[in-house]
Amino acid sequence: MKFLPLVWRNLWRRKLRTLLTILSIAVAFLLYGYLAAIRAGMETGVTVAGQDRLIVRHKVSIIQLLPVSYLERIRQVPGVKEVIHSTWFGGVYQEPKNFFPQIPVNPEEYLRMYPEFRLPEEQKKAWLATRTGAIVGKKTALKYGFKIGDRIPIQPTIWRRSGATPVWEFDLVGIYEGADKAADESQLFFRYDYFDEARSEGRGQVGWYVVRLTDPGLSEEVAKKIDADFSNSPWETKAESEKAFVQSFAKQVGDIGAIVRAILTAVFFTILLIAGNTMAQAVRERTGEIGVLKALGFSNALAMLLVLMESMMVAVAGGGVGLGLAWTLIRLWDPTGGALPVFYFPVNDLLIGVALTLLLGLATGFFPALIALRLRVAEALRRL
Amino acid sequence: MLETLVNVNRMVKSFRRGAEEIHVLEQLDLQVGRGEFLALMGPSGSGKSTLLNLIGGLDKPTSGTVAVAGEAVEQLNERQLAAWRARHIGFVFQFYNLMPTLSAQKNVELPLLLTQLSARQRREHAAAALEIVGLTHRTSHYPSQMSGGEQQRVGIARAIVTDPTLLLCDEPTGDLDRKSGDEILDLLQALNAQQGKTIVMVTHDPHASARAGRVVYLNKGQLLLEKPE
Repeated sequence: MKFLPLVWRNLWRRKLRTLLTILSIAVAFLLYGYLAAIRAGMETGVTVAGQDRLIVRHKVSIIQLLPVSYLERIRQVPGVKEVIHSTWFGGVYQEPKNFFPQIPVNPEEYLRMYPEFRLPEEQKKAWLATRTGAIVGKKTALKYGFKIGDRIPIQPTIWRRSGATPVWEFDLVGIYEGADKAADESQLFFRYDYFDEARSEGRGQVGWYVVRLTDPGLSEEVAKKIDADFSNSPWETKAESEKAFVQSFAKQVGDIGAIVRAILTAVFFTILLIAGNTMAQAVRERTGEIGVLKALGFSNALAMLLVLMESMMVAVAGGGVGLGLAWTLIRLWDPTGGALPVFYFPVNDLLIGVALTLLLGLATGFFPALIALRLRVAEALRRL
Repeated sequence: MLETLVNVNRMVKSFRRGAEEIHVLEQLDLQVGRGEFLALMGPSGSGKSTLLNLIGGLDKPTSGTVAVAGEAVEQLNERQLAAWRARHIGFVFQFYNLMPTLSAQKNVELPLLLTQLSARQRREHAAAALEIVGLTHRTSHYPSQMSGGEQQRVGIARAIVTDPTLLLCDEPTGDLDRKSGDEILDLLQALNAQQGKTIVMVTHDPHASARAGRVVYLNKGQLLLEKPE
């Protein structure tokens, strides 16, 4: 601690250079925060995916449907506690840019399967009592100004209604909230019985099944059994953990994790060069002074530590400002305009950011510190 | 007869420059008594500063021994040398070598950071050292705000603040005008006479060496008792 003032003074020897270095690190960490939030948004569901839930879909692809009759057969498989079905509706609210998922479900079973979606009891009762009823996540409700009692028209892109009017209309009876930040609050759920009766084609077919297991350890075994039961049928299945399913769904856009990692690697490598060069320059300029300190009795290790402390201070200041700004701005401003189901800076990524900050400090200070460590006093004094 | 504080025995120091080996010091013997003020004179390249660095443990001899207060300096490793310097040696440099970002007070406190003294004790010690060199009114000033003579006084305060066994001064007046140089020499003389500090001063200024109790001459790596022609 007693060396901190010395390090601090050295840090501000060239104010502009230090400030610019801190700023460049801060910008990198701000970008890191936003990319982490985007990744969290793209991969939403992966983190909250139930360990005890399986998804069963058509073996060929998610857009191929499965018969609703599979529900009872899946329920009979040993290790299955309960099973529900969902279907992708894919409609448009007013205009195509207003995207949010719409999914027909059986209300009670669905809410039981996904306790992370919290719906007040009276709204749940209203949903059960209203055939055309729908519930929507808080995020979408806020974005489009939906209120309970509103009638929401959705233009179909896949499922046409039988009869004269193509537009589906839903009565908003509830607004659900996620149990935590990672829960998707962008979806609209409406009743499957209404959907199945009113659609012009595909009756008796569903998109996928969600299975809750009696024991998460049975995941692989139950998945194999389900797939085996439906093999050689016209609708062969692929059962997998919910996490794997959500990941493969997200990867339809691209491997978001890999893209984010690639961008961050490039950014941090650049920052490493910039900050590392700044530190190396700062140490080169002070070769004589480091020699004097050693002449006064500062050991090689202490001289190295002082340089490392300096690089750590720069990295921590830059990283702290960047991560702090990211944390604050992400709460206040979503640059995607709500295109992602969730947009937040996950705590895990924040902690990784803190670790990266420290790592950056060590990495940028390593070579300059090595110079300080190896500097021979007599040689350094001759240069003065 | 003074007790021997510094004992340099058959010291050889060579440097290699490419294929050529340069002998800076050759079989050199030197004894400095405790409480002595010794001036080391000689032309540029005669090995004065190299000898000073070897006595102060900043460099290692090619062969031979250096003992300060009975401690075989050449046998200490880098870590031990650093600790030994902090405890026993005070350096005064030609160009003062103060930290430009620190005030006079903080510059003087620097060697005390290596001790177990509290912040308050460090402040008190530094203030006492600055008082000895007559700079109590300049404690909060930065090197750039002081004259060369004042900066050198701060350098001397920094050198004596730990009460070292030996003061090694490398051309302490080399960068100063005559008046400031005289003030520094007065100060060194006073430290020697009143506080019993052992001082080894490298200089090529006869005016400065005249202040010392004894003068030895170095020429081509050899010690001479009289000034070479």
